[in-house]
Amino acid sequence: MSFTTELRRTPLYDRHAAAGARLVPFAGWEMPVQYAGIREEHIAVRTGVGVFDVSHMGQVETTGPQALDFLQHLLSNDLRRMPEGGAQYSVMCREDGGVLDDLFSYRLAECTFLTVTNAANHEKDLAWLQSHADGFDVDVVDRAADFAMLAVQGPKARDLVRKLSDGALPGRFRVCERSVGGAAVLVCGTGYTGEDGVELLMRPDDASGLWDAITQAGATPVGLGARDTLRLEVCFHLYGNDMDENRNPIEAGLGWCCKERTGFIGSDAVAAARQDGTTEKLVPFAIEGQGIARQGNPVIGGGEVTSGTFSPCLERGIGMAYVSTARAAEGTPIEIDVRGRTRPAIVERKPLYKRERR
Amino acid sequence: MADPSYPDDLKYHPEHDWARIDGDTATFGITWYAQDALGEVVFFDAPDVGAEISKDQPYTEVESVKAVSDVFAPLSGEVTAVNDALADKPETINEDPYGEGWLVKVRLSDPSEVDALMDSAEYQATLD
Repeated sequence: MSFTTELRRTPLYDRHAAAGARLVPFAGWEMPVQYAGIREEHIAVRTGVGVFDVSHMGQVETTGPQALDFLQHLLSNDLRRMPEGGAQYSVMCREDGGVLDDLFSYRLAECTFLTVTNAANHEKDLAWLQSHADGFDVDVVDRAADFAMLAVQGPKARDLVRKLSDGALPGRFRVCERSVGGAAVLVCGTGYTGEDGVELLMRPDDASGLWDAITQAGATPVGLGARDTLRLEVCFHLYGNDMDENRNPIEAGLGWCCKERTGFIGSDAVAAARQDGTTEKLVPFAIEGQGIARQGNPVIGGGEVTSGTFSPCLERGIGMAYVSTARAAEGTPIEIDVRGRTRPAIVERKPLYKRERR
Repeated sequence: MADPSYPDDLKYHPEHDWARIDGDTATFGITWYAQDALGEVVFFDAPDVGAEISKDQPYTEVESVKAVSDVFAPLSGEVTAVNDALADKPETINEDPYGEGWLVKVRLSDPSEVDALMDSAEYQATLD
């Protein structure tokens, strides 16, 4: 836990200020929440291409002969299924199954993994990983200061980045090194928008040049505001909202990335939750009619909204909420107390927004 | 979105509301500063015609994609009309906050309350 009040700035701070961004504190960083406007930026990603500065996210490198065994012990997914040049999503749990963070890991070489952390959790994750490294022949290295990170997302994102690149881009859930706009970049076929696209990791000194090349090639700068509406439309979890240490991955709907047979820390608790069921479940919902539910709004009869916003594509209030398992089935009508007013909603299927709708 | 402006013919409330006074009636809305801080408005929760509203008290809500915000009454009175066009086009509040983006018309219960409001220059001085 950091008690510093000074906000950190990414290498792109000057670019954001020059682009007229509204900058806000986020997880200890001063980040752009919007440039032209959330709706406009959101639509740019759904229909064209947007670029996000996500340099606040952290990176941890794990290397050594037992890197695979070590991460298998700590992360919920089956890392043996990740080939060299592959990417995999997982959660990291406490012994009791509480979720410490959700993470993407990239296998850069047989014994080298790079794991991307949420900014607010980076120090905690790093300490957790390092404190469990005893007995494993691994090095766990904080690489957060060594990388800036851009996400280029949207149906035209790959086309744009490919034209700046010296070679083919990696496929979905793959990673490779490329020269992009003259800079050495780790290109990852991942994202947080539900659209095709890539995430780019580069040295901080190269970030401004790449940002300029990507925006000049036609990408719309997109802030954290639209990042949130985009991810919520496709029901991607936001750590701290939709799950935290008091929720296990089963109730959070993340059982798909938990492979208990690997014996990861927390696997017994996750297996028990999977077998016995949980009293609550995280479900996506859409408001019927007017109103926008927000984080913290109570679900009448038990439960709480963990993320809520206005969906620019569906043009209605959407969100995710924990509800009692008895009311978690798709199509179940629920009621949400939105600032004293009862708003009817329907439990929906993931994702709330489907690309085929276009 | 239009450039910042604070018309001289309006009266302003510190909660970033404006009132256009016409005898014992007035039209209310939110200022350029308020709509800019809020971002694109996606929902205006209109009060009922006939509702009594009180100076300095919230009487409705406007919501943007990212936040919900109370709207405070700059003056007291009875709502005589609401801007129904905002139900379909709430973004009008951003595009034309002093014109087509008006929120309600009110019959004032105490027109002397106007004296407590700020003029354009005074209001702008409160903005950083």
